[in-house]
Amino acid sequence: MHEWALAESVIKAAVEHSAAEKLKKLKEAGVVFGELQAIDGEIFKFALEELRAQFPVAKLCKFKIIKQPAVFRCKACAHEFPLKGLKKTKDEAEFIHFVPEMAHTFLKCPKCKSPDFEIAKGRGVSISYIKGEK
Amino acid sequence: MTDIDPRPTVIAERLKHVKRIIAVTGWKGGIGKSVTASTLALLLAKRGFKTGLFDLDFAGASDHLVLGAKGLFPKEEKGLEPPVCQGVKFMSVVFFSENKAVPLRGANVSDAIIELLAITQWGELDFLVLDMPPGINDAALDVMRFARGAEVLAVTAPSLLAHDVLARSLKLYKKLKVPVLGVVENMSAGSRAKGADAVIRRDPGLERALGRPAALLKTAFARDLARAAAKLGLLK
Repeated sequence: MHEWALAESVIKAAVEHSAAEKLKKLKEAGVVFGELQAIDGEIFKFALEELRAQFPVAKLCKFKIIKQPAVFRCKACAHEFPLKGLKKTKDEAEFIHFVPEMAHTFLKCPKCKSPDFEIAKGRGVSISYIKGEK
Repeated sequence: MTDIDPRPTVIAERLKHVKRIIAVTGWKGGIGKSVTASTLALLLAKRGFKTGLFDLDFAGASDHLVLGAKGLFPKEEKGLEPPVCQGVKFMSVVFFSENKAVPLRGANVSDAIIELLAITQWGELDFLVLDMPPGINDAALDVMRFARGAEVLAVTAPSLLAHDVLARSLKLYKKLKVPVLGVVENMSAGSRAKGADAVIRRDPGLERALGRPAALLKTAFARDLARAAAKLGLLK
């Protein structure tokens, strides 16, 4: 259920954005789920539903989930590689789920075995767009 | 629009019920910052204060060794609830690293710290002691930005090098308008030190007490730290 804390951050960020843009109502927001963090979409959506009632401006907002594949770029050999095929245990996957940067502890570049890589795409949760009424 | 990182918006909420945040800093390595932060948390908890300890030194996380924390893991409940160790709510990257190296670049450290600040549910605390990342890098600056109102407890050592670096750090905190609670000189040879508000004398028995909180609290180090904390208004 740690998804709840991230869902709360998404609602709050969307509400803050609506205030900055002087939006009266939030209509839709795009929520990116980076593949690396492996967010449980059902729990996240349930949390959003629960939390939405606390923020009148977001009451009718639809949250569209956009899944983004993870892409890594090795700093040592410049090799670009996906998450698929990288070995990790169930525990390691859970640690990465809580703190995606733990990927540097448990994963390595498949070409040169370096842990010094960049998470170029698909790290965690972000908001890609917000639509609303002025 | 560019992607919005939503996490910073909830950090203030997570720290809302924390009365005081004490950021234990030290810009030189090996001066006892982690032992000071961990022992301070133990002393505060022992006096009945609701206390948290957050080890933010990701590369050199060692508070768990000082506390002798073993077999602990945060509870997942609308975020992560820190496990309680010796009366102290404790959060550290070691819960997620299986005690392996965490080879992170600066921006990654910052990202990981923001993640943990956003998902950790500290609840009500009288004190949250932060064992700060060493030096002043983007991670340390981020912590200062997000942990608003944090008071710096600067640890130094009786060395020209440590004192010079300390002077620079104090100037920067002034510039950043970060309140400095005081300067503690650790590993001191005497009971007075130039430029320090309090001293902790070198304690040859300290090493043997690491990992054993009850023994740690009986050391001369802990007694000196308690005196320093009282002088700085943390303990009465």
